[in-house]
Amino acid sequence: MTMTTATWNVLTRELRPVLRDPFSLIFSLLQPLVFLGLFGPLLVASSPAPASQTLQSFVPGILVMIALFGTGTTGSNLLYEMQTGSHERTLVAPIPRSSLLVGRALKEMVPIMVQACVMALVTIPFGFSVNPIGLLLGLVLLAIFGLGFGALSYSLALASRNNDWMFWGIQQATLFPLMILSGMLLPLDNAPQWMQVAAAFNPISYVVSAERSLLAGDLASMATVGGFVAAAVLAAIGLGVGIRAMKKAA
Amino acid sequence: MTHIITARGLTKTFRVKKAVVDAVTDLDLDVQRGELVAFLGPNGAGKSTSLRMLTTLLPPTSGTATVAGHDIATDPAGVRARIGYIGQGTSAGHNQRVRDELLSQGAFYGMSRTDAAARADELLESLDLGALATRKVLGLSGGQKRRLDIALGLIHSPELLFLDEPSTGLDPQSRANLWQHLLELRREHGTTIFVTTHFLEEADQFAERVLVMDHGRMIADDTAANLKTTLAGDVITLGFASEADARAAASRIPTSSTTGSTVTATVDRGDLLLPRLIRELDSVTSATLRQPTLDDVFLALTGRSLRETEGAHA
Ligand SMILES: Nc1ncnc2c1ncn2[C@@H]1O[C@H](COP(=O)(O)OP(=O)(O)OP(=O)(O)O)[C@@H](O)[C@H]1O
Ligand SMILES: [Mg+2]
Repeated sequence: MTMTTATWNVLTRELRPVLRDPFSLIFSLLQPLVFLGLFGPLLVASSPAPASQTLQSFVPGILVMIALFGTGTTGSNLLYEMQTGSHERTLVAPIPRSSLLVGRALKEMVPIMVQACVMALVTIPFGFSVNPIGLLLGLVLLAIFGLGFGALSYSLALASRNNDWMFWGIQQATLFPLMILSGMLLPLDNAPQWMQVAAAFNPISYVVSAERSLLAGDLASMATVGGFVAAAVLAAIGLGVGIRAMKKAA
Repeated sequence: MTHIITARGLTKTFRVKKAVVDAVTDLDLDVQRGELVAFLGPNGAGKSTSLRMLTTLLPPTSGTATVAGHDIATDPAGVRARIGYIGQGTSAGHNQRVRDELLSQGAFYGMSRTDAAARADELLESLDLGALATRKVLGLSGGQKRRLDIALGLIHSPELLFLDEPSTGLDPQSRANLWQHLLELRREHGTTIFVTTHFLEEADQFAERVLVMDHGRMIADDTAANLKTTLAGDVITLGFASEADARAAASRIPTSSTTGSTVTATVDRGDLLLPRLIRELDSVTSATLRQPTLDDVFLALTGRSLRETEGAHA
């Protein structure tokens, strides 16, 4: 079977539960909605800038957060399938092992798209203005980022196959620092020097800046380019590491 | 080519921390096309590990094997395209629906959508899963999950099928149903079946060849009937009115032992010997013949009963 057909078949299998239960997508928006509803007003109140301007920087951050948390935990599914035996079943199927990783990672794009759209629409009545082309490009950026981060989460699952505590430990220990050090919720302009240095090494910082720039309609900025480069590099690394891990899987 | 499985010196050692586990040692195996082979052994004997090497899931530590005409080490893809495997675990994804998972499995094996759908419905029907087609796997009972595992393994009607304890967790009716399926596959497609089981009666009844593994080594390989006659034998027990009668009779039956007024002897073809003994010894008051089971074979081979070992591990 060709890699493309096999990847398509794996992708289809992964999407089936989502299509059967579309409400699960909306349900998993609860966390970002909590941030939007409880953290947003705090941010608006503590900033001298008008609410709409705060939202303009906050909403793109929330969209990246959806992608970050949605794909960061996705490896747990694979971990579970490795423990039950359904992963083993796919390993004996006559399909390239790499398709098992790529198909899964590609699937990650779908929920992100749906969720980000819903989220952007929900905030418009509150004064968030969005450039439609910018939103479209912003979704593409999120999809590439989600693909890469999802692939990394699957790699982590494959690496933790014999110790599932390792998966949860590493995941917990990295997601929040990555989130805070990307300026996703609180801008890092007034952060101490060391945090700014750390943020400069965090690819998600670039994705967040690009997302802000795109949704504001600043389509051809350096921030946009930087975001796409960061997401593409992350996707390349994620897929590379993930495919290697999947090929070694037994 | 008549051998569909050939293995030479297949060995697997695991390293867990500092300890070395010899899971399978020096497995030599030739299985003819179309054979139905049962693979027995207590927990931890190395059955699953052997199967996982033959199905390309685990690279052997040493040794070679050719499965369905392809080398497991140099051409695993060639092997995978020709076999089916029902593992010891649950094959279906927990968040999938029953029929969806069958369709995905069909696609993985290169079946067209319509073929996969037709075959899926056929299997759902015959494995009594029809009513569960749109149910989530997570909510199925253990036996229902097992039946789905079997359906998933059969969807592409492979020429060689490996099954790792397929009947575990099944009720008697589902077990009978499973075997009906396997026998039918064999009759219609000449499928070679390699199955591990803890149900000795299954092996006895259906397999034409029985392999016994213990501590990673193959310790017997023959038909069930041969194993039973060569390794176990029939047990005849005769009762007498008095101890004196018993002793007198025992002196005329070689290899017999006497306890009180009862004489016990392990013999070949007890079914022929027993009527003769009853005719010749008119003091006999009761007579039983117990024909051996595969458990007696295991006891003879290892000094342990398979059932006892099972119990100790379970
Ligand atoms: N991945 C592994 N890592 C370490 N040891 C293993 C691994 N897989 C199997 N073993 C060990 O290898 C030995 C053989 O195990 P195997 O699963 O092949 O037994 P089995 O005959 O299938 O037993 P059961 O009847 O319980 O299924 C056992 O001692 C087991 O603990
Ligand atoms: Mg086993």
